[in-house]
Amino acid sequence: MGRYLLRRLLQSLLLLALVSMIAFAILHLAPGGPLSQFLAVGTLGQEDVDRLMAQYGLNRPLPVQYLDWAGGLVTGDWGQSYRDQLPVLTKIGMHIGPTLELMISSTLLAMFIGGLIGILGAVRRYSFFDHLATVGAMVALSIPTFWFGLAVIYLFSVNLGWLPAGNRETLGDGSFVDRLQHLLLPCVVLALVSTAVWSRYMRSSMLDVVNQDYIRTAKSKGVSPMRILVHHALRNALLPMITITGLHVSTLLSGALVTETVFTWPGMGRLFLDSVSNRDYPVVMGMLMFTACMVLLGSLLADLLYSVADPRIKGEAK
Amino acid sequence: MSATQTVSLAVPRRSLAQRYPALRRFLRHKPALLGLCVVVFMTLFSFAGPWVIPFNATDTDIRARLMEPFAGAHVLGTDPLGRDVLARLMYAGRISLSVGFAATALSVLIGVLVGLVAGFYRGAVGAVLMRFVDAMLCFPSIFLLLAIAALIEPSVTSIVVLIAMASWMEVARVVEGQIRSLRERDFALAAESLGAGDIRIMFRELLPNAVAPIVVAATLNIAHAILSESYISFLGYGIHPPTPSWGNMLENAQSYLTNAPWLAIVPGVAITLTVTSFNFIGDGLRDALDAKLDR
Amino acid sequence: MNHLEPIHFVAAEDSAQVDNILEVRDLNVAFRTAQGHVHAVRDVSFSLRRGETLALVGETSSGKSVTCLGLLGLTPPAPYCTISGSARLAARNGKTYELVGTPERVMRQVRGGVASVIFQEPMTSLNPVHTVGAQICESLRIHLGMKGRAATDRAAELLNQVGISDPKRRLTNYPHELSGGMRQRVMIAMAIACEPSLLIADEPTTALDVTIQAQILELLQKLQSDNRMAMIYITHNLGTVAEIADRVMVMYAGRIVEKADVVELFTRPQHPYSRGLIHSVPRLHSGRVRKTPLFAIPGNVPDPAAHPPGCTFGPRCGHFEPGRCDAAVPDLESARPGHLVRCVRWPEIEGAA
Repeated sequence: MGRYLLRRLLQSLLLLALVSMIAFAILHLAPGGPLSQFLAVGTLGQEDVDRLMAQYGLNRPLPVQYLDWAGGLVTGDWGQSYRDQLPVLTKIGMHIGPTLELMISSTLLAMFIGGLIGILGAVRRYSFFDHLATVGAMVALSIPTFWFGLAVIYLFSVNLGWLPAGNRETLGDGSFVDRLQHLLLPCVVLALVSTAVWSRYMRSSMLDVVNQDYIRTAKSKGVSPMRILVHHALRNALLPMITITGLHVSTLLSGALVTETVFTWPGMGRLFLDSVSNRDYPVVMGMLMFTACMVLLGSLLADLLYSVADPRIKGEAK
Repeated sequence: MSATQTVSLAVPRRSLAQRYPALRRFLRHKPALLGLCVVVFMTLFSFAGPWVIPFNATDTDIRARLMEPFAGAHVLGTDPLGRDVLARLMYAGRISLSVGFAATALSVLIGVLVGLVAGFYRGAVGAVLMRFVDAMLCFPSIFLLLAIAALIEPSVTSIVVLIAMASWMEVARVVEGQIRSLRERDFALAAESLGAGDIRIMFRELLPNAVAPIVVAATLNIAHAILSESYISFLGYGIHPPTPSWGNMLENAQSYLTNAPWLAIVPGVAITLTVTSFNFIGDGLRDALDAKLDR
Repeated sequence: MNHLEPIHFVAAEDSAQVDNILEVRDLNVAFRTAQGHVHAVRDVSFSLRRGETLALVGETSSGKSVTCLGLLGLTPPAPYCTISGSARLAARNGKTYELVGTPERVMRQVRGGVASVIFQEPMTSLNPVHTVGAQICESLRIHLGMKGRAATDRAAELLNQVGISDPKRRLTNYPHELSGGMRQRVMIAMAIACEPSLLIADEPTTALDVTIQAQILELLQKLQSDNRMAMIYITHNLGTVAEIADRVMVMYAGRIVEKADVVELFTRPQHPYSRGLIHSVPRLHSGRVRKTPLFAIPGNVPDPAAHPPGCTFGPRCGHFEPGRCDAAVPDLESARPGHLVRCVRWPEIEGAA
């Protein structure tokens, strides 16, 4: 496993380097540019601009700027926010908790419900339930997340008043139950797309597995249907799902941004939006890099988990 | 034999008659057919609709503001400025659909070019290009879109380019995979041995045989593009008012959620309906063309 | 013909029916497909004695595999597949099971416990994510209630019996760590784990190379004689039939066309199809330079959904007589004691080459 891990790590590092170059290019080659926020104000003269450029080191050749910035990334200096001078990483650190809370809880929910729907659809193929589930998944993938969020808020918050419409906790409360109440709606909304993905892929994975020879062998041994389903079929069908989940991190992050906006959830999505609207470029850049790192990490972890879970890979990778 | 006399030795380009089996298969896929009907309807609705209804998308009528749907002359009600919601939906549809189609066209163009070159030349060129694609795919789409959207001058064209920039990678991947496997097929090697130039082989031999998965990817891309436009417009960085789009209609509707929910329901339904339809069409195309997909 | 030494000489079928562990009467298996009703197995009847090996021979879609899958209820459930007829199987403890129409719950006891199957593709027949030991112990636990140490010890013993060296270590191996031949041995170990009275081997050596084939055949014979286990051996390879079978049943288009002892079949085949099969086996003539083209039965197996009228072999038969052969499906007639054939012209063909 050591060699495999090393190879994947190197691949990821290479991608990370490329990602950093792209992120740098986006910022510096865009017509806006790092100083556009100041120019937008319109009260600065040319020499002020020149002075600022020298101060921020923006008059150096681009490759030098890039290496400087990239070097900083590696050592942990991700720059400082233009707004409040806080280190970018610190700001991200303050907001990552709520986002992770949302992402993990919605993934678990999606796995459970989506998985069940997928298994049922595969076992009762072409039944009414199966058709309904397939169409339902398609629609779920097509609904704009924020619209679903607004609908859910309207129904459960405004009309029925069961659950709060936003934020992570009520001021002054913050108890576990209160936090749970606040988490429920955004979690469900974010889980919509993931559930659809899980149900579709789980169904096709189960269908693949159920037609395999080793299932026939298990039947010929007199194994009970439940045990065949769980111990033989599911154990194999879940393997591709690990890879799917790893690839899904990117979509999940995007969905989290939108969900956090609708529910005023104090996570990374909110931070990003605020920074974008305030033209706080160091934070925007830092977050682009950070989220890309999360995506890479997610896929790396998934590969790792897969190599442990599938004995065929575990052996090969030695 | 000179290059100009080279005969195409590819699998014969499928004539319309030979395309019938796939067409027949597609027609049997009921959800796809339904999707196609809905898409056609939405297109007509958006582009031809405004001539049919009496109202305009920009005429404001403060006296008739926030009227409920099905209550009066305005079928879908009016917005806070008294503008007819149905008309706005149509005009917004024009923008949203156009952005979707145009962005997809551009993303397919870029994706096909990159995929073609990467799949054909493989080696160092192919590896670098595909790693670049992989790196681009590491950015969550909304984050990428917003970061760039904030930097540029907002306009319909720039949004189209932006969305295309964020969605060409999938097409490139699909194309690269197809071209890479087709590259080794006998007809391609034969063409090469007859002296056909690289460009010729790429465009006359390989690309026509990879059309099926490209069409499927393009259809799904349209769905994704419409959705992306709605997301960034909702967040305020897409199509800016006064130009209406389904996305920014939803953004305006947010603050009136409690007293005028139809303002949010209507554009949302339009988006969902259209995107679902494109997804169904994509599914149907994938099933119909599956038998001909080279693996 | 090669030397033939049957291990057991079985008495004729219509003498005392002692020790019959399997009695099949009028077994019919039909499938509902997009093309309509397909009768894969028609009116199959046979019996099997303890310790006897019956070879089931035929081309693809002759119904040989479906017969055995149908016996154990491993076919798709109704309404996609209907099985009728009767099949009585005797377990070692004296209990008799009716296999047709029995509830699934009872069939699960039979499968693996009273009758086992080994399949053709050892490479894909084992679950890749569980160890070999776990898969064998599963059988032991379900049918014999064995757990823990007792089960693993027995599993190791079984691996030893099937000729796998270092069995204790092998128990912890995953299927992908074993070769095809070894995987098939593991399959056999799983199959005999609970000492079934009947073992069905569906072309177990087809996917293996020739040297391994011989080893597996030897192994099966040894296990059979050690355990006094009856075996149905399905194959299209006549060479293996000669080596391993006591009796042979030739199937064509879902019906038995000939049934006889192995020596009898090879020396005096009656049905034109059997004769064709035996004739098709290429022979090596040492010393003599004789270049004759390889013989093959002309034509193809009929479409299961559209059988020709009368004798289904008719269109391909060199002795086809219009009016007689296509009038009705021939009955199984007794050509000699213990030798049945389904052909109206068999007495006339007797002398022909």
